[in-house]
Amino acid sequence: MCPVDDGDLVFKALADPTRRHLLDRLFERDGRTLTELAEDLDMTRFGVMKHLRVLEEAGLVVSRRSGREKHHFLNPVPIRSIHDRWIDKYTEHRVSALSELKTQLEGRA
Amino acid sequence: MTTMTAQTTQVYQVFIKASADEIWEAICKPEFTERYFYGARITNTAEGHLGLGPNDEVWGRSEVAEFDPPRRLVHGWRSLYDPELAAEDESRVTWEIEPQDGGICLLTVVHDRLEGAPKTASSVSGGWMMILSGLKTLLETGRPLVG
Repeated sequence: MCPVDDGDLVFKALADPTRRHLLDRLFERDGRTLTELAEDLDMTRFGVMKHLRVLEEAGLVVSRRSGREKHHFLNPVPIRSIHDRWIDKYTEHRVSALSELKTQLEGRA
Repeated sequence: MTTMTAQTTQVYQVFIKASADEIWEAICKPEFTERYFYGARITNTAEGHLGLGPNDEVWGRSEVAEFDPPRRLVHGWRSLYDPELAAEDESRVTWEIEPQDGGICLLTVVHDRLEGAPKTASSVSGGWMMILSGLKTLLETGRPLVG
């Protein structure tokens, strides 16, 4: 499973309010365990686990084991990558528009 | 950002369509890092980690604890570009490159041992996101992000 540029998985993961809430909780305090997240959300462990799996598949949450505990970390890089891809497109357009203008102006002189 | 408390461990991950060797080069050589790492020219060798600013000011200088090309790099972190952050304890950065199927690698960055560096912890958290996304763009398109 390699979600390279897989914006679909990111958007689907973010389309659910509970999952966004989970990300907010991790933003406030990163590296929480499943138990801590379930307590905070008033939700069954199974429910939280299901949502965490979707977030992990989208690359938005990374889990790391430390001894017997599994900690969940918020990974904002995929969201930034979507942003970069779009900003990059707009910037590219602006740059090429400017260079066209330059060519035109210089051609006229 | 106001509600965020400093974390003692931060984990970032990104899939990059590039070989492990290419990613390793992009992490260890200054001509690459200056294009995605806030303009820092960083050199990582078995001997040490050195980050220089545009005018050769030292932004980071630490020991390299593990140097295993092209898979694993562990070095110390001290934010020398800011006196307040520089006064905090040294923390640790681990880079892991894991090749996947289809010419893709998973790059993981763990910034930990931040217990004695809470200001550094909140300062770098957004930074790593930008750096890794920029590194991905650079390697996959051959161009740094403009602006």
